[in-house]
Amino acid sequence: MITKRIIPCLDVRNGTVVKGTNFENLNEISSPVQLAEYYSSHGADELVFYDITASSDGRKLFTDILTETASKVFIPLTVGGGINTLDDFDRVLKCGADKVSVNSGAIRNPDLIPQAASKYGDQCVVLSVDVKRVDGKFCVFAKGGRENTGMDALEWIKQGVKNGAGEIVVNSIDTDGVKKGFDIEMLKAVCDIVNVLVIASGGAGGKQDFVDLFNTVPGVSAGLAASIFHYGEVTIDDLKKTLNENNITVRL
Amino acid sequence: MLAIIDYGVGNLFSLQCSLKKIGVEAVVTKDAEFIKNADRIILPGVGAFGDAADKLRATGLVDVIRSEAENGKPFLGICLGMQLLFDKGFEYGEHEGLGFIKGNVIPLEGKIPSELNIPHMGWNALSLDKNCPLFKYIEDGDCVYFVHSYYATDCDESVVATAEYGIPVTAAVGKGNIFGCQFHPEKSGETGLKILKAFCEIGD
Repeated sequence: MITKRIIPCLDVRNGTVVKGTNFENLNEISSPVQLAEYYSSHGADELVFYDITASSDGRKLFTDILTETASKVFIPLTVGGGINTLDDFDRVLKCGADKVSVNSGAIRNPDLIPQAASKYGDQCVVLSVDVKRVDGKFCVFAKGGRENTGMDALEWIKQGVKNGAGEIVVNSIDTDGVKKGFDIEMLKAVCDIVNVLVIASGGAGGKQDFVDLFNTVPGVSAGLAASIFHYGEVTIDDLKKTLNENNITVRL
Repeated sequence: MLAIIDYGVGNLFSLQCSLKKIGVEAVVTKDAEFIKNADRIILPGVGAFGDAADKLRATGLVDVIRSEAENGKPFLGICLGMQLLFDKGFEYGEHEGLGFIKGNVIPLEGKIPSELNIPHMGWNALSLDKNCPLFKYIEDGDCVYFVHSYYATDCDESVVATAEYGIPVTAAVGKGNIFGCQFHPEKSGETGLKILKAFCEIGD
């Protein structure tokens, strides 16, 4: 059977990896290429790179880093951040990305997902959604979680899958950075309505959170986290050993 | 020197980098003379069967590829490049493959339990025939990375590895000097590099 995946996420700004709490107070950590190599040789099943730079200089630096990483790391790479057009897809795919993650770009341009899916295939298009509860409803937030779009997250995700997104990253703003576990309720709601791969993001604080995630929401195919891996609080090797002991199928 | 056939499908950056990593010099080429002189050949590929088969024929390289494969040169098809080795592909219609290996490529849809996602995407364990030279450095149960919605059937005699996805899905085939893997060795970490290394040692 397909294994459950563990995916470290690298937010890259100005050539370094950053991670904050609730998307603010970003702290710089270290070289993305080194971190990627480390993760790849220590059990990561896939890597996600988010480009959170805005300037064109930063973008060039990012594509250089991506190219260098792709030349050294032989596991799937997903790239997101600043993906607004098919040219953006082209740019990162040429640097060695395997999948491209869209977020605000898909909100601004509803044709982006269908166009990208028909050009590169569904498997290449990842829809990343930042979701927060507002008055008891799951709402889509844009611009790195700063702006409430007012859109219903479940409807948005359903539409994205219909348009050709092959994978969904559900990032709960409510649990992000809090380290008290993944947003089980939100993930269950998403898994109930789509038949594509769902990646859980936001809230991992320790190994048990991943065990609980895969045991309580079997539809989730991967757990994504950043700070607990970057700061060495949890090693991926050790996490996978624990998952394996809990009868969750992983690649050891 | 290894020749990677260039017929305009897919991104070959990772494949080239992974071969470089294991110390193998590889050139992406559509030059028939170069292909004749190469030690071994890789046929890559992503996309749809019919489109890729047409593009490969349009290069005019099919005859040279066929004669090199028939003359015993080590040959590896990867992903769609593996699917093209078979007689026919049934993806958006019916299309002729290269026919190097007996079998057909058909949709996973309807053949696997409906609760399983299509494409078959992610890491899956290989159940392998250890006698196949591709697997010299890896073990039964090692995981590799798959992304595909179609799979090879009616090819029992050439199957050398399967992956369980509701059914045993053809993961690799071998017939003499001709091999194919449905998964992506260039995206399968250390295990993938070991498979490429083993391929690059065949016939040495």
